[in-house]
Amino acid sequence: MYNSKYVISGLVIFLAVFSYPFWGNLASKDYTGPKLSLPADQKQCIEPVEFMRAEHMTLLNQWRDSALRDGKRVYVASNGATWEASLQKTCMSCHTNKAEFCDTCHLENAVEPYCWTCHVPPKGNE
Amino acid sequence: MIISLLAVIALGILAWMGSMMGFQYVLGVCLPYTAVIVFLVGFAWRIIDWAKRPVPFSIPTTGGQQKSLPWIKPATLDNPSDKAGVWGRMILEVLMFRSLFRNTNVSIEGDRVVYWSSKFLWLFALIFHYSFLIIFVRHFRFFAEPVPFFVNGVEMIDGILQIGAPRLFMTGPLVIVALLYLIGRRIFNQKVRYISLLSDYFPLFLIFGLCATGIAMRYFMKVDIATVKVFVMSLLHFSPDTAALAKIGSIFYVHMFFLAVLLMYFPFSKLMHAGGVFLSPTRNMANDSRMKLHVNPWNPEKVYRTYEEYEDEFRVPMAEAGLPVVKKPEE
Repeated sequence: MYNSKYVISGLVIFLAVFSYPFWGNLASKDYTGPKLSLPADQKQCIEPVEFMRAEHMTLLNQWRDSALRDGKRVYVASNGATWEASLQKTCMSCHTNKAEFCDTCHLENAVEPYCWTCHVPPKGNE
Repeated sequence: MIISLLAVIALGILAWMGSMMGFQYVLGVCLPYTAVIVFLVGFAWRIIDWAKRPVPFSIPTTGGQQKSLPWIKPATLDNPSDKAGVWGRMILEVLMFRSLFRNTNVSIEGDRVVYWSSKFLWLFALIFHYSFLIIFVRHFRFFAEPVPFFVNGVEMIDGILQIGAPRLFMTGPLVIVALLYLIGRRIFNQKVRYISLLSDYFPLFLIFGLCATGIAMRYFMKVDIATVKVFVMSLLHFSPDTAALAKIGSIFYVHMFFLAVLLMYFPFSKLMHAGGVFLSPTRNMANDSRMKLHVNPWNPEKVYRTYEEYEDEFRVPMAEAGLPVVKKPEE
C-alpha cells in the first residue's frame, strides 16, 4: 500500500466519525424516551392525543396568527367544544409547568420553539 | 433515466408495502445494521484497494505557472510544487470545489464560437453538498442523549428565518432545489444527457427520495419523533425496541429504506468520489517532476554495472590495445 501514513489516518478518522453514534453511546444508559408530567385532573386535551402530538406546533402557530393578526380568539375543536385561543390561558392552565411538560420532549429532540421569546414560561407547582 | 426513476419509486413502494405487511423487523432492524456494515467495510475496502494501486507517472493536473526561475511568480495553488501547495489545493478543492468553479460553457453566437464561464454547476453542487452535510449533522439529535452541543447551534442557524411551525429549516428546500438542478442538467443539457448513464441518475433520484421523505415526515405526514428517537437509540444500543418500532408510521420505513439503499450503494458507485478525491493522483501529487525523480513502483529492479566493474573484466585486453585504464594491470 502506498502513502499508508495518510491513507490509514484518514480512514481511521472517517470510520471514527461515521461510527460515532455507536461508540458514542456505549457508555450511556438505555434511552427510554421523555417522561412527561401530565395534568392530574384532566383526561383529554382539546384534541385527540395523536393529533396533539403531531400537530400541536401547527395549531399554536395558527392560534398565534388568528389571535394576534386577525383578532379571532375562539377555537372550535373537532368535537365541537370551543376554547380560547391562548397559550397562556388555555394550554398552560392544565400544563402548568414548561420544564416538566414542554421541555421534556423538546430538549431530548433538540427542538427550540420560539414561543418563550414573548411568552412567560409558567413554572407551575413551584 | 426512466429506469432509475422507476427503480427508486419501486424501492419506495417496496418499503411502504413491507412496513404494511409485517416486515417491520426486517426493514427497521436487519436492514439498517446490514447497511451500516456494508457502508463502513465497503468504504474502507475501496479506499485500501485504491491505495494499493501504484502511480506509475507523476501526473498532477496543473492550471497555472509552474515554479521555475526565481523572478517568475508561480501559481502555488493551481500548480503546487511542494506539500503545502498540495494540501492547500486539496483543502480548497474539497471544501470549495475550485475545479467546478473553472467550468466553462461553449456556444456558437452568430458565426463565432464563444466560451463563457458557467458557475451554475459549481453553485448548485456547493449548495447540495453543504445542505446535505447540515442535514446529516442535524440528524445527530436522534443519535445521542443528551443531544450533542453542535446540533442546537446548527438548527438555530438553519431555522433562523423562523418561518412556520415546525420551524422551516432552509437546508430542506435548498437541497431539493439543488437536486432538481443536478437532475435537470442531465436531462435538458444535450451534451450532458448524452454521457449520462443509469448510475448517474439513480443516486440523484435516490437522494431526492431520501430528502423528500424526510421533509414530508417533518412538515406533512408527521411521525412521533419522540418514539423515533427511542427506537433509534435502542438500535444504537444493539437492543432494538420492537414495541417502539411498531408505533412509527410507514413513511419512516420508506425514509430508512432509502437511507439503507444509499449506504449500501455508496461504496460501489460514483458516490465514492467522497473518498476518491483524496486519492486522485492528479490532485494529490506535487508538480515537482523537474526537482525529484518519480520512479514507477512496478519497474523491475534495475541491474547496474559500474565502470569499475567493466574495467575489472576487460583491463588486460584494454591495456594491451593501448586504451587508457584507471588502474594499471598487474604485471
